[in-house]
Amino acid sequence: MNTSKLKEQLPALLTQTLVVGAILYVALQLFHNTQANLEARNIASGFRFLTVEGGLPINDSLLPYSPADTYGRAFFIGILNTLFVSALSIMLATVLGVLVGVARVSSNWLVAKLAAVYVEVLRNIPLLLTLFFCYSTLLAFLPAPRLSVVPFGDIFINNRGVFVPRPLFQDGFGWVLLTLGAALAASVFLVRKSKRMRDETGRGLPSGWISLGLILGLPLAAYYILGRPLEFDVPVLKGFNFKGGMVLRPEFTALLIGLVLYTAAFIGENVRSGIQSVDKGQLDAAKALGLRPGPIMRKVILPQTLRVCIPATTNDYTSLVKNSSLAVAIGYPDMVSIGGTIIGQNDQAIEVIGMWMAVYLTINLVVSLVMNWFNAKVQLVER
Amino acid sequence: MKLIGKLFLALALTAMVATGALAGTLEKVQKSGELVLGVSEGVAGFSAPDSNGRWAGFDADMGRAVAAAVLKNPEAVKFVPLASKQKIVAVSSGQVDLSRGTTWTMKRDCKQGVDFTVVLFYDGQGLMVKKSLGVDKATDLNGASVAVVSGTTSELNVADFARANNIKLETVVFESKKEAFNAYVAGRADAFTTDVSQLASLRAGAADPDEHIILPEVFSKEPLSPFVRHGDQQWKDLVTWILFGLIEAEEKGITQANVLEVKAKSTDPVVQRMLGASGDVGSFLGLDNDWLVRAIQAVGNYGEMYDRNFGPKSALKIPRGHNNLWTKGGLIYAMPIR
Repeated sequence: MNTSKLKEQLPALLTQTLVVGAILYVALQLFHNTQANLEARNIASGFRFLTVEGGLPINDSLLPYSPADTYGRAFFIGILNTLFVSALSIMLATVLGVLVGVARVSSNWLVAKLAAVYVEVLRNIPLLLTLFFCYSTLLAFLPAPRLSVVPFGDIFINNRGVFVPRPLFQDGFGWVLLTLGAALAASVFLVRKSKRMRDETGRGLPSGWISLGLILGLPLAAYYILGRPLEFDVPVLKGFNFKGGMVLRPEFTALLIGLVLYTAAFIGENVRSGIQSVDKGQLDAAKALGLRPGPIMRKVILPQTLRVCIPATTNDYTSLVKNSSLAVAIGYPDMVSIGGTIIGQNDQAIEVIGMWMAVYLTINLVVSLVMNWFNAKVQLVER
Repeated sequence: MKLIGKLFLALALTAMVATGALAGTLEKVQKSGELVLGVSEGVAGFSAPDSNGRWAGFDADMGRAVAAAVLKNPEAVKFVPLASKQKIVAVSSGQVDLSRGTTWTMKRDCKQGVDFTVVLFYDGQGLMVKKSLGVDKATDLNGASVAVVSGTTSELNVADFARANNIKLETVVFESKKEAFNAYVAGRADAFTTDVSQLASLRAGAADPDEHIILPEVFSKEPLSPFVRHGDQQWKDLVTWILFGLIEAEEKGITQANVLEVKAKSTDPVVQRMLGASGDVGSFLGLDNDWLVRAIQAVGNYGEMYDRNFGPKSALKIPRGHNNLWTKGGLIYAMPIR
């Protein structure tokens, strides 16, 4: 029996081994040849350039950076920028996308049509154009530094960015954070307890208000008791621009807005299809229980749409991460922009492109893993 | 946006090398009947399509001169526009046979698989600001923000300049020259930086050219030289001497209009040799003896090329300066053709 089975499978096994072998051979040859020819043409290869001082300027970095740092650090700053803008965009696009999706199936004619127009426009225009549009509108809209808009306090808005005071934490601020943590923990406990009481007796505590009081009150009290251990580095206009404080640059803002608007249109469609996939009986049952439209949407419909939404939305998240590479067109120093400069200075395109691919692959595999885990959790459990 | 392009280049490089060593470029060009020339994505004066869609400019003329000498047809040039960061890989991988003038640096020459030929344009990096800013020297720009194009030497030079002068400059780096310039015009940056010749080119095309001034400081040397793939000595020699020939032609007063007449009548032994009336210098390059005559007939001598693209006959009107002949106080100097 066993031997005959082996006989049956033998031809298939042989061909598969041959194909795999051939692919490996070609890959090895390709690698070997590339190496040999790069050497013959005196083109540097390998990753040694990453340890050399780059001298390239980066205006927007989350960690301290100067042109005296290495190419490796510059690329790392680029990865952080890509991650930062992607993560923030994913969060905001999700919120906006859900709102748009719910609006599309709204019984309010105007709301539904507005959402439909938004989705159709954004979905059908290339993202690059959306980005150019956001960026040039922002620049046209914002005044020069000397004519900054000051909404209140020490906040300045101009075409170099939004400047806000940077908090400088003094000794003792840790205690304030600690009391905040304690207040949060107490609130969670309180909310749970209140829910249990409501389930048992039908009557709960006004836990929301008490928690709010705790979360605001305790740290504030600690802050004053400890002698206000927080100072601010306030931006001041010096010469051409503001110095000090923190800044949100127009390139980052335009990229964020563009990515969020674009991706939210796709997520909105996922949510709409998810909502429409929920059986009408669910709605009728919820109405029969006397629930109002708000709670019906939040507690009955939306949780069920997740099963339909998540796989499609995972794709939109990974697209968003890849789309963030368009940053270079509007001057935001993401990983592709900085890597491009590194190629320009070293011409080690193969290495840098390899690094880009590795980073995008890693980010997107992680996104997919997390989303798949989440997806598995919300699927119907059939017994 | 350019990611696909870069990937393609890398793949082209890999695929190309997988087939083993390349044949000589001269042989390849003669066999295919066309010269593949890497040009800019559109910089007036150097290489940009004109109103008829024909590539015009100094670099385009240089390519036509080489095509005329090698293929006897100045129009047998295939123009391939390349972004700054693609230009070197495109040559080292053999995707293009010859590239437009680019800053000759030690690293590019020694480590990046290309060889430079002849400096055809001595340039330097400068800064352009709006007149209304009230700045008249570069060091006054402390704290200003500067728009730059990604993947160029300018990006690093401006950082070096700031470090050397102990001032702070915030750079905003864009993929294309157009976007960088637009951001500067829109007021996102106080200044725009690139080679002075290109600043002049962009200013000439601006809505109101008088609104912008180019600051006097030139803070880098940008010797722009066409370049070829490293390791093809024959091809490098050929391009080098065709370019020297165009320079020598200006020195000897040989022009597009009079080249045939000079060849027939000149008694100057140097002129006779270079125009093929005597000797056999053409054979040194693997060409016939009329190589330089054809090049001059196609585009004129170096001075004519300059006048047409940068000089009084152009919109740019860049003074010859360093780019005058050595006999007239400039740096343009051809090695002896003998």
